[in-house]
Amino acid sequence: MNHAIELDTLAKHYGALAALDGVSARVPRGQVIGLLGHNGAGKSTLIKLILGLIAPSGGRLQVLGQPPWRAHALRRRIGYLPESATFYANLTGRELLDYLARLKQAPRAQVSALLERVGLAHAADRRIGTYSKGMRQRVGLAQALLGSPELVLLDEPTTGLDPQATRELYRIVGELRADGRCVLVSSHLLAELEPHIDGALILRQGRLLAAGSLHALGEQAALPAQVLLRPREQAAPELIARLQTGGLSARARPDGRLELDVPRASKLRVLRELLADPAVADLDVREPTLAQLYDWLGAGPQSTAQVIA
Amino acid sequence: MNPILTVATKEFRDDFRNRWTVALTILFALLALGIAWFGSAAAGRVGFTSFDATLASLTTLGAFVIPLIGLLIAYDTIVGERDDGTLLLMLSYPLARGQLVAGKFLGHCGALAVATLAGFGLAVAIMQWMQPAAQMAQAWLQIGRFIVSASLLGACFVGLACLISVQTADKARAAGLALIGWLATVVLFDLALLALLVVSGGTAFERAVYPYLLLLNPVDVFRLVNLTALGEGAGNDLLTGMTAHHNYSPTLLCLALLAWAVAPFAWAMLAFRRKEI
Repeated sequence: MNHAIELDTLAKHYGALAALDGVSARVPRGQVIGLLGHNGAGKSTLIKLILGLIAPSGGRLQVLGQPPWRAHALRRRIGYLPESATFYANLTGRELLDYLARLKQAPRAQVSALLERVGLAHAADRRIGTYSKGMRQRVGLAQALLGSPELVLLDEPTTGLDPQATRELYRIVGELRADGRCVLVSSHLLAELEPHIDGALILRQGRLLAAGSLHALGEQAALPAQVLLRPREQAAPELIARLQTGGLSARARPDGRLELDVPRASKLRVLRELLADPAVADLDVREPTLAQLYDWLGAGPQSTAQVIA
Repeated sequence: MNPILTVATKEFRDDFRNRWTVALTILFALLALGIAWFGSAAAGRVGFTSFDATLASLTTLGAFVIPLIGLLIAYDTIVGERDDGTLLLMLSYPLARGQLVAGKFLGHCGALAVATLAGFGLAVAIMQWMQPAAQMAQAWLQIGRFIVSASLLGACFVGLACLISVQTADKARAAGLALIGWLATVVLFDLALLALLVVSGGTAFERAVYPYLLLLNPVDVFRLVNLTALGEGAGNDLLTGMTAHHNYSPTLLCLALLAWAVAPFAWAMLAFRRKEI
């Protein structure tokens, strides 16, 4: 069983509204996967289905090898950090984790270790009502790790975290991956998320736009690489003309550099030519980002031709 | 530990932490002592006099106060978690929805029962200390019946509060519905019955139907459980006036109260199981 989550034509309807419609994908174990989509794309519905809180209207869903709907014992193997939960303001961080550890039948010894791991040991005996938003997110992450779950679902986990706490969170996510756990992260912060995920599930209006590793998605989307050129003095007009002759249109940037989109297929050839070109003083290559991939998918028509799965 | 007990323990502790339990204990003790001491003020004397009269007054007062407290203590128990974003978190843990409601119900009922026992028990202990000559053995039996029935009445309204909390979308609506529920059971139901009685005008209705209609309201069942156990008179005029022609079986009354203690809670559990989260 190599997949933590398997979806086959999964659907969830609320009356006439299709919150999820025919979604098929596999989420492998030992990977960090981004769950992306605009508001109303179906991310929350998918998370609730994975947690077994709602029943699918159609299709098949397997989580850690079994259907999750009302499978209470399965939830012992899943950790979940909800979006912007306030938790129980009248409990201390330690009391909250003690309570939830009892519910999950997790070893109570984990409580102190987890509070230490998320950097909350110093505030463990303070009421959660006195915590900052970032501290609440950290106590939320700690509870999601109770019972060493095989699958961890993080819903907008870095909301309210400062840059250092965000790095710490992704360090822990990396440790979970190294430990063979599967982590599904729902987030709008694509640039922040990109370096930490192995792949993505991208939803729009209940349908799956794309699923797979970031590399494979980039290859299939065939988005052009962006090249930034610094021309030698007075050489810019001549360089632009030459690039145009070669079928590449260069745009001048305010900083004096030229920017051009190079199709993936001809990237290496064009780069070799540019490196050998005496009019080029310097160059940078930028691969398409997750945000660009997301925009490309989101901006296109809703035809299946755009779907990568 | 069983998840129901884990949730119940947390809710019970929360009620202590939020000072609910202590405040209710003090309220109940003061009400009981106040009624006992000043109960005969209209007759020109103060001090502990008839225990039956005290208990009759306490029953009337309890029938107003305990439903309100049961509703207040638990109206936000599920909808509050939804507002705070912790409901999804709780349901992501390995416990069934019914277990969550059951734990919350038991925790609040436990806190209310402890407050009832401590408050009224303390009051009776003080009465006995102030008036050692009184026949307190009988009083302890009656106060025992009162405390148990008050706890069951409390459970009924905690269950009703859980049902409201499961079915409403936000805390404000839940609070409004809780107040409407209190008004309907404590005030309007009896008014409606009295109106029926007046309109029907006949003794046939009064004998055949009316006594059983009273069983449809947990507040009336609570009154009947306690007042039928007291002798005639003893400040017992309201009840004896309304149900003079009917002998209620104590077993029937106890079963009715037990059924009322469980029914709203069971409904809340079923409703929550079917609820789209």
